[in-house]
This record gives sequence, C-alpha cells and structure tokens, in this order.
Amino acid sequence: MLKKLAISAVAALSLSAGAAMAAGGAGHIEDVDFSFEGPFGKFDQNQLQRGLKVYTEVCSACHGLRYVPIRTLSDEGGPHFTEAQVRQYAADNFETFDAELDDTRPAKPADFFPQSNLDNAPDLSLMAKARAGFHGPEGTGINQFFKGIGGPEYIVSLLTGYTGKSKEEAGTTLYENTAFPGGWISMAPPLEGGDVDFDDGHSNDLHHEAEDIAAFLMWTAEPKMMARQQAGFIGVLILLITTILLYLTNKRIWAPIKGKKKA
Amino acid sequence: MSGIPHDTYEPKTGAEKWIHHRLPIVGLLYDTLMIPTPKNLNWWWIWGIVLAFCLALQIVTGIVLVMHYTPHVDLAFASIEHIMRDVNGGHMIRYLHMNGASLFFFAVYIHIFRGLFYGSYKAPREITWIVGMIIYLLMMATGFMGYVLPWGQMSFWGATVITGLFGAIPFIGESLQTFLLGGPAVDNATLNRFFSLHYLLPFVIAGLVVVHIWAFHHTGNNNPTGVDVRTGSKEEAKKDTLPFWPYFVIKDLFALGVVLVVFFAIVGFMPNYLGHPDNYLEANPLVTPAHIVPEWYFLPFYAILRAFTGDVWVVMFTSWITGGIIDAKFFGVLAMFGAIAVMALTPWLDTSSVRSGRFRPMFKWWYRLLIVDFIVLMWAGAMPAEPPYSTISLIGATYWFAYFLVILPLLGVIETPTKAPETIEDDFNDHYGKPAE
Repeated sequence: MLKKLAISAVAALSLSAGAAMAAGGAGHIEDVDFSFEGPFGKFDQNQLQRGLKVYTEVCSACHGLRYVPIRTLSDEGGPHFTEAQVRQYAADNFETFDAELDDTRPAKPADFFPQSNLDNAPDLSLMAKARAGFHGPEGTGINQFFKGIGGPEYIVSLLTGYTGKSKEEAGTTLYENTAFPGGWISMAPPLEGGDVDFDDGHSNDLHHEAEDIAAFLMWTAEPKMMARQQAGFIGVLILLITTILLYLTNKRIWAPIKGKKKA
Repeated sequence: MSGIPHDTYEPKTGAEKWIHHRLPIVGLLYDTLMIPTPKNLNWWWIWGIVLAFCLALQIVTGIVLVMHYTPHVDLAFASIEHIMRDVNGGHMIRYLHMNGASLFFFAVYIHIFRGLFYGSYKAPREITWIVGMIIYLLMMATGFMGYVLPWGQMSFWGATVITGLFGAIPFIGESLQTFLLGGPAVDNATLNRFFSLHYLLPFVIAGLVVVHIWAFHHTGNNNPTGVDVRTGSKEEAKKDTLPFWPYFVIKDLFALGVVLVVFFAIVGFMPNYLGHPDNYLEANPLVTPAHIVPEWYFLPFYAILRAFTGDVWVVMFTSWITGGIIDAKFFGVLAMFGAIAVMALTPWLDTSSVRSGRFRPMFKWWYRLLIVDFIVLMWAGAMPAEPPYSTISLIGATYWFAYFLVILPLLGVIETPTKAPETIEDDFNDHYGKPAE
C-alpha cells in the first residue's frame, strides 16, 4: 500500500506539468497571502467592496467585465451589497444600450458590466484565472500547492511592478514592468497609491489597492468559489464516511476467507 | 459464460421462470455478477471499476452540460461562463466533468500499466487487450474534442496543432485536414463537428466496454501470479476463486471511495490545477499563445511527436530513402501513433511464456524503467521544444520503442524466470495463511 501511495504521489506530481507551462520569460511574481486561499479560505467581503471601488473609479475607464452580471454584487459569498445599493450602483455608474428603447438608459442590476472601452484592453472578468503566476519549480507545478493559484498574485505583482522607466517603440509607449512577461507593457501605470478613498477607512497605498482589486477580480473570475469549497467539503466528508464503512464491510466479508496475514 | 466451472442461475419462483423462459436477462446479470474471480487479485485490479465510474460520471455530467452549452464560435465561451455563473450547481457539474477527464486518464494509465506488468495481454486475452487499446484511442479522441468545446485559446490552438498533424500526411494530408475541419481552418464547422462527435463517441466507448468485459469474463480474469484458475471441476475452481459479488464488488467500491475522496478534494479546492490558464481567454485566431501545450494526459505522446526533429539521423535517413516523402513532421506523427501501436501489439511482441512480471527478474527492471520513461516523457512534453528537453524527449522516445520492439522480444529468449506457485490457492495461502491456522 505504501509503495502504491508513493507511486501515485510521483504520478500526481508529474500530472501538474501540463498546468505548469506558462509564458516564457515570465517575470517576478511575489506571493501574497489572500484570505481566500486554501480549502477553508473565504472572500473578505470588505476587501471585495474596496476592490469594486478601485475597478469602478480606475480600471473601468478602459477594461470591461462583460461576463459579470451587475446583480451578482448582492450575492452571498461575494461583495454582498444590499439590492438597493446594487440598483443605485448600476444606475450611477453605467449606461446600457436598450434595443427596445433604441437608446441608452442607466444600467439596471439585471444588466452585465460593460465591455472594454479600448480594443487592446483585455476584459478582466476571468483575468485572475487566465494568468499562471506560479508554475515551478522546473515545470512541476508544486509551487501552486504552497503559494496559491497565482493569478491574483500576478495581478498584484503587475500593478506594483512598474519601475518608472518607459520607451517608445513603433509609435507606442511601453512601460517597464518586472512582472509582465518580456518586461515591457503598453498599459501606463494605472495605480500610484491614494487613487481611491475607501469608505471603511482602509489604507489606500499602492500595495493595498493592488491587493483589493486582485481579490475583487478573483471573485469576478470565480464567483461561486465559496459555494464550491463547501460542496467539496461536504462531498469529501460523505465519501470519507462511506469509504470507512466500506472498509469495515470489506474486512468483515474477507475475514473468513483470509487467515492471519503472513507477509 | 466463463470457461471456469461455476454455479449458474436457476430460476426458482414462477415469475422468475416466466421471465427466464422469454428473456434470460436476470440470468445474464446473475452470472455476470457472480463470475468466479481469482481470489488473489491485488489492489492494482481496482482501476476497472474506477474507469466504469468515470465513464458514467462523464456521460451524466456531460448530458447536463449540453443542456446549457451553445456550440457556436461566438457563443461557446460565453455559454460556459453562463454555466459557471447562472446555472444552479453548474460550476460543480462543469468542474466534475473537467477533472473527471483527468481521473479517467489517470485510471486508464494505471490500468494499462497493470496489464503490462502482469501480462494481462497474453493469450488468451489478446482481444480484451486490443479492445482496450481501441477504447483508449477513442478516449483520446473524445478528450481532445471535448477540450476544444469551451473555445478558449488553448482549445483553439490545440485543435489547430493536432489537426495539422493530419496535414503532414504526404499527398492526401491537406485534403484530409480540410475534410476533418470542415473548412480551411479551425472555425465554426470544426466546433460543431467536434461537439457532435464528443457526444457520440462516449456511447461507442460504452459499447466497447461491454465487449471488453465480455471478453475477459469469457477467459476469466488474469491475476498477480499469471497462473490459470484450475478448471478440472467446480470444487477445484472454487479453491482458486471467489464470486465477484460480494467479495470484489465491496473491495472495489472501497477503493473507489478512496480515489473519490482525493478526486472530490481536487474538484472542490483546486479545480483548475490541472487546467491551463490560457483556456480562460476566449479563442483568438490572431494571437498565438507563447507555448501550445495539450492536456497532461497527452503529454508523453506529445513529447514523442516533437522528439523526432529534422536533425535526428533516423529522420534524415528515412527522409533520404523515401525521397523526402517522409519528412520530419510526418515522421513525428508516425512516431506518435506508432508509440501507441507498439503498445497494442504487445501480445505478439512479448515472447516470454511466463505471464506475470513477478516471476521475471530481468523484465521487472526494464518495466520499472518504462514507467520512469513515461513520467519523464510527460514532463518533457510540457517543456519548451528546445535543448535539453528535446534531447531528453528523444532519449525517452527511443527507450519507449526499444522496450516494445527489442527488449520484450529478446527477454523471452534470454531470461530465466523464477518459479511461480502451482496454484492461485497456494499463492493466496502463502500470503494470508489458511483460515484455520
């Protein structure tokens, strides 16, 4: 049995090799301790609310969240605003084209967040799952076990990774960034610290803002994370009990067949 | 049903007799469930039931996913997000299906390597083995096409690369590729036919699984000693075997439970660990990912595909002798499919008269090396196609072929096997002692 476990472990490690492949020349990704990491991790409701504010006041100028319905802002396991707050937020911040009116109107909770305003600004709905972050060492993917999935960490590292240098290439200004693969990114530094005033009085220095928006984007990418972990936990528990019962049944059935184990 | 003498179903009540006379279905189920099974089967024999479970899981979750999925290049990616966000329980069903594919392949690899060690492919089980290999090929086709359906970046580029392999076939390649794709490039027609086939093939697999089980129920299970069950009389056979129910059903279910605990932990706590981040970006024909990597379960064969580049002498020689018809690309394709073909031909490549690797002292070591080779190839397949990984892939690929084409045929001649126990009963009692003791 032990030998089998050892073999399975080796095999399991090698499986992760597929996940391990990410863009070459990847930059430096720092590890951040997020509240939602690990099997018992939870989204921090206040942090998600702060992250939404950063998105609304800064990122949304260029980037969309096209897969996220605005109504989900009131979901449990998310920012968990009241429905009235969400209605207010939608109407205050976004306009939607309504085919029935043949005109734009203030957004309602049933609408989705808008798409990106700029062609080269990627949609952020799934960004936290679309970036690898950690994948080493040597393509084995073991790091993910200890540091977390890496996408949110990538976002923090990118937002805080600007060195201040820039260059012009073929008419585009590129900014040096220690996290971006290749080292030069066309997005100007979006945050510098103090960009947003948080209602809960939380510090708004660059690193905290970056962490908050990264956590918010993890939620937009995986809004059902907490429900999933709970389902996983219940599943594991039920299976564990069933397995123990089956083990005892198995032992009992075989007892008259087997004598005392020799080797 | 099986060649092992055993008690068969006798209808007792009036109703049973009435049904049995018209359709002996209860008898078929009874005889299938009560089949005499060698009592010394070890824990490597549990993966069959895991595989049956996987097939059922994939079909059930897949049917539910289809209810909400839209196979269209403009809508597919968004419909997956709809499943993940709006469908009740949709995120769990999709993650079960996604990781279910990984469990399926994990189980099938152990199942195949178990067969390779204990000689389960040897006479009289060649047909079981061949049918199994066909199932494995269909699984790969199904898995590959299923990975295309979410229409992410890796879906699109994986489809482009893999269908491009068929384009490497001389003369007919380009027409064949166009035929497979339904057009000059991966597009809506491709997505639709992959969707159609991804739904169809699992049912073909289910049919072949029945044939697979039928075949080994006819020959009887192999076992860790490779010694045949005594079939002289019912009493003799009973000393070597136990009925499948309840002894092996409960044992297998217990093992399945252990496997599922781990599986559920992965689905619940790290469902994207085995996936590729790029597949959360919608497919974009204008942007090529930095590295195109298939799912982990294709990596060993992907490594073999990429191992044979134009500067390897075998490739240069083949190209020269065929007047350039077999170029490096086509050679790679042949090698990849050949790697599976040699595995399918094992029953005729292995010349040893001893079935189980347990009694083959030299074979044991070559076999262990093959497992290491498989894992190394899997790792090399995920790395970029550049030194030193390309060299490692080439060495790994060479050993893979050497094992099946040179080592297995030779070992049968030069190896002196150790002594196997006379009967399965002896093996079992050696291990556990007689119940009376």
